[in-house]
Amino acid sequence: MGLGAYIAVSAALFALGIITIAARRNILYVLFGIEMILNAANINFVAFNRFNGDGMDGRMFAIFVIILAAAEAAVALAIVLNVYHLFSSTKPSDVDLLRE
Amino acid sequence: MADKLQKAFYGMMALFLLAMMGWGASSAGAQGLAFGFAAALTIGGSLMCLWERSVVRSAFALMATFGGCAFLYILLGADFVGMAQILIYVGGILALLLFGVMLSPPDMNERKLSRIGFGVATIGLGVAWVGGKVATTAAWAALPIEELPPPRTRAEDIGIAFIAPDQYVVAFELAAVLLTVALVAAVYIARRKMSDFIPETDGTEGA
Repeated sequence: MGLGAYIAVSAALFALGIITIAARRNILYVLFGIEMILNAANINFVAFNRFNGDGMDGRMFAIFVIILAAAEAAVALAIVLNVYHLFSSTKPSDVDLLRE
Repeated sequence: MADKLQKAFYGMMALFLLAMMGWGASSAGAQGLAFGFAAALTIGGSLMCLWERSVVRSAFALMATFGGCAFLYILLGADFVGMAQILIYVGGILALLLFGVMLSPPDMNERKLSRIGFGVATIGLGVAWVGGKVATTAAWAALPIEELPPPRTRAEDIGIAFIAPDQYVVAFELAAVLLTVALVAAVYIARRKMSDFIPETDGTEGA
């Protein structure tokens, strides 16, 4: 298994995350897609780290990305709850308060 | 009709898992078998998350994605990251997402196969094009993972890197501050009352 196999998995995961964000009409699926995309980035960090001299940097970046994902999930969930209370809907396209 | 479609989808997922494991085992032995299993778990979980009608099922399918990612990290010699992934993603973020699922109403007619197919076609084409470009122009260090030196898997290295002044101590403290601020802010935003959103209309301000 070379580097290319890991990058292929990461690319597939990234593409599926984008499709999940774009194709489903529910705010929660946007969160799911973002988590997939962050995981794809993490796989790339760890894989390039392993195949480029096995230093420390890629792993540290991966851990920081995981920390960031935790903070993002908490804030995004709070925003989803507020959006549902305000608009009584979970569709992203219904959140159009600024549109005249 | 829909039931048959669902069964066909699950059958295809099982075939995909077997095909990935067979391909890995035939190309790189036991390590390839493990890689094929982890890759099939990762991609299959996200495919199922995209496919399922019910949000709860999608959220649980993400568990396979996160577990497969942790498996991949461990295969890459980053076992600390893999364990952190399981602890934080499967134990924390997934539970948080499930809270979000429970607090919002279900919408079973939301999935449109045509939209999913269109998205897959468009973005798949784009990814294939970029992948072909990269594969033909990038100079890979094409060493298979079996021929690399064994990974340095001591968690002590990571701990020292976190607090060493010439490495990541600033980023570590910033991450701590960020987490504190984000979690306090999340609690504050989530607990706000409806009356906070409605502007004051008592006439004492503005003219």
